[in-house]
Amino acid sequence: MGEAIVVTSGKGGVGKTTTTANLGTALALQDKKVCLIDTDIGLRNLDVVMGLENRIIYDIVDVVKERCKTKQALITDKRFDCLHVLPAAQTSDKSEVTPEAIQAIVEELKQDYDYVVIDCPAGIEQGYKNAVAGADKAIVVTTPEKSSVRDADRIIGLLEQEDIESPKLVINRIRNHMMKNGDMLDVDEIVSILSIDLLGIIIDDDSVLKAANSGEPVAMKPDSKASLAYRNIARRILGEAVPLQNLDEEKGVFTKVKRFFGIRS
Amino acid sequence: MQKIMIKGTRDGLTLRLDDQCGFDELLQELEEKLSMNGIEEDDPMVRVSVQLGKRYVTDEQKEQISKVIRDRQKLVVDRIDSEVITKQEALNWKENTDLTPIVRTIRSGQVVHVKGDMLLIGDVNPGGQVSATGHIFVLGKLRGIAHSGMDGDEGTVIAASYMQPSQLRISDQVSRSPDYDSEGVYMECGYVDEQEGKIRMDTLQQVTKKRPDLVSFERRMLNG
Repeated sequence: MGEAIVVTSGKGGVGKTTTTANLGTALALQDKKVCLIDTDIGLRNLDVVMGLENRIIYDIVDVVKERCKTKQALITDKRFDCLHVLPAAQTSDKSEVTPEAIQAIVEELKQDYDYVVIDCPAGIEQGYKNAVAGADKAIVVTTPEKSSVRDADRIIGLLEQEDIESPKLVINRIRNHMMKNGDMLDVDEIVSILSIDLLGIIIDDDSVLKAANSGEPVAMKPDSKASLAYRNIARRILGEAVPLQNLDEEKGVFTKVKRFFGIRS
Repeated sequence: MQKIMIKGTRDGLTLRLDDQCGFDELLQELEEKLSMNGIEEDDPMVRVSVQLGKRYVTDEQKEQISKVIRDRQKLVVDRIDSEVITKQEALNWKENTDLTPIVRTIRSGQVVHVKGDMLLIGDVNPGGQVSATGHIFVLGKLRGIAHSGMDGDEGTVIAASYMQPSQLRISDQVSRSPDYDSEGVYMECGYVDEQEGKIRMDTLQQVTKKRPDLVSFERRMLNG
């Protein structure tokens, strides 16, 4: 019996889908059986980022409407046999499915997979409710921008009302020089506001965008910093204590987080 | 037996009303008593304080008593005091003087309201809001909105370990954070400055001097 993790953020465009794709890939790299679910019905992206768009025959709405079996709708990844994607529908909309239906699908998939990673749509309406319905854990993605931290805070508040473990935080698109100048919120500040455990930080890296456009998750490319960050996140999910990536020579910034992961600085 | 005793004091007249007889009887006697007094045209206005003893009166009855007194041209009703209140009033009173502890983070979009004073152990994040009919004490960072004295008590204060609120509201006064980026301050307290009629912030130590009756039960007992 595996566990279901929902990747959410409230705000759009902070990197939920990218995080889902890379987290799934990184977990698959660790030989875990992983299924990714795209719940952004009407605006499906996950399959594009994974480079699997041309393989879609059935989608999640077909499964909910019982036009096919769950297994028939699953697409096997190009790179890993242990990684599957359940794509969203592009022609329907979010009201086509109910939280109960998604929950049933997640429960079914949890039997066969180690991890079920759910990509949540932006917003806090129906789509969000669908996505979190079956989840056991949650990852909140934010960027070092005030507006996205505000939305993350709102989402964490909503997640507290669900029957879900306390969510973990991923800070995406960190620009080191801006953080150092104080032009951007720094990691400590974000963690202090949101007061949840930090799961990982990802540096803003051109390779992420390039990889997403070529349908090859960046986690496959071991030479980029972002790739390493995603792999580290996967290892932390598996229970390993991995120190946070050093953004620079700056000392003391992550001592708090290091302490959380049991490492003395 | 006399149902009404009239006493003159430095502050005006004190009427002590009997609390055993019927209300109508009392009103009638009050009217008679007051009509006997010959008041000169150029006398100054006299303030009247009414003591009801252990008689319970409704707001309507209170109004009747004031009306009888007010009908005498030179009399104004200062206050009507009764030594008894209803259970409901007592409960309200208690609720409004209780200190309610809350242990959680108030996040963006969340609103928490309590009757009486609030002791929040945790932060109020930007976009979050706390409100109370009494004081608000935040053991944590206040970065959102806090509204004390919601029912109109301007004597209430908002104190926080770390003050960086987007808005402070006390009774019907509002103050907001400056438009430039500002650092927060530690251990400060917002209150309404009577002279300026505006919300000001000062250190906790200074505010406790300005609000010696900060502990609410005593405050409410004094103010009724």
